[in-house]
Amino acid sequence: MYEGLLAETVTITGFGEDEIGAYLARPLGPGPFPGVLVIHHAPGWDSATKEIARRFAHLGFVAICPNLYHRFGPDLAADDAAAAARAGGWITTEQFLGDAGGAVSHVRAMPVSTGKVGTIGYCSGGRQSFLAACELPVDAAVDCYGAFVISSAPPELPYRMEPVIDRAPRISCPILGLFGVEDKNPSPDEVAQIDAELTRLGKEHEFHTFENAGHGFFAVDRPSYRVDAAVQGWRLVGDFYARHLS
Amino acid sequence: MCSYVVEKTALTGSAKAAGAWTPITKAVVSVDHPSHATLDHALMLDFVNAGCPVSERVALELSVESARELIHCMQTALDAFGDGG
Repeated sequence: MYEGLLAETVTITGFGEDEIGAYLARPLGPGPFPGVLVIHHAPGWDSATKEIARRFAHLGFVAICPNLYHRFGPDLAADDAAAAARAGGWITTEQFLGDAGGAVSHVRAMPVSTGKVGTIGYCSGGRQSFLAACELPVDAAVDCYGAFVISSAPPELPYRMEPVIDRAPRISCPILGLFGVEDKNPSPDEVAQIDAELTRLGKEHEFHTFENAGHGFFAVDRPSYRVDAAVQGWRLVGDFYARHLS
Repeated sequence: MCSYVVEKTALTGSAKAAGAWTPITKAVVSVDHPSHATLDHALMLDFVNAGCPVSERVALELSVESARELIHCMQTALDAFGDGG
């Protein structure tokens, strides 16, 4: 069986009609393929996130990862862009939604697209994936240990990280949540609260909390990596997308 | 987690990197996922010259434990110096 994929940077139209960079990885061949919006974490549009996009392409998806820090400098290295984001107050919710929505539209307009697009994010991206499920026309969303979904950031922090659970009545797609039992943000108690609220609202979702895992168990380049949780997690993501993006 | 913990302060001094000294005017201090250190979280220090590109900042990523030790050392040294000069 022949396998091949194409991974490249492209330009998409994001928030405010701005042109921003995005990393796009897709299988070679005519398709059609479902899409996945891969949301990078606070350290930025880095190689680890692009590796995730390529893995989704290998699995048969058109994966797109917009550079949410593009406006801090389109040609900056990921660590420099992240430093600029830290110094400059990160990005707004509206900006994220505009850029993410632009990425989803870009994939849907591709001839190889089935028109179905899911989202996935890790850590801060997990929260943003939940946010996308509330506010964007997507078909499935995966939240990997997103903090501040139901809790607020401590008031002493200069950056106001508002919870997004109040937007949950607008969720329009199934949600898969993947968490570690040793995580403190979100804690198992917070995960239980989110689970209960989605159940109360009648929103289709499934949450899995892994033993012997904490925050960042998917991150292969950090000590938090947990092989059992990560392998099971990838399988659950594949099953979830197979059911909702086919 | 991506903590978004960030503090900033103005500085007076200089920093050296890549063989050259530069004045620095600001420090951006955060505790979050580092970019280079193989740690889950780190104290990240960006020493910035406001007139220079962000890529020319002097950056440190320290484990939380070693950062606390560094703070202790700095405080001890400053206390020993007192108001001298």
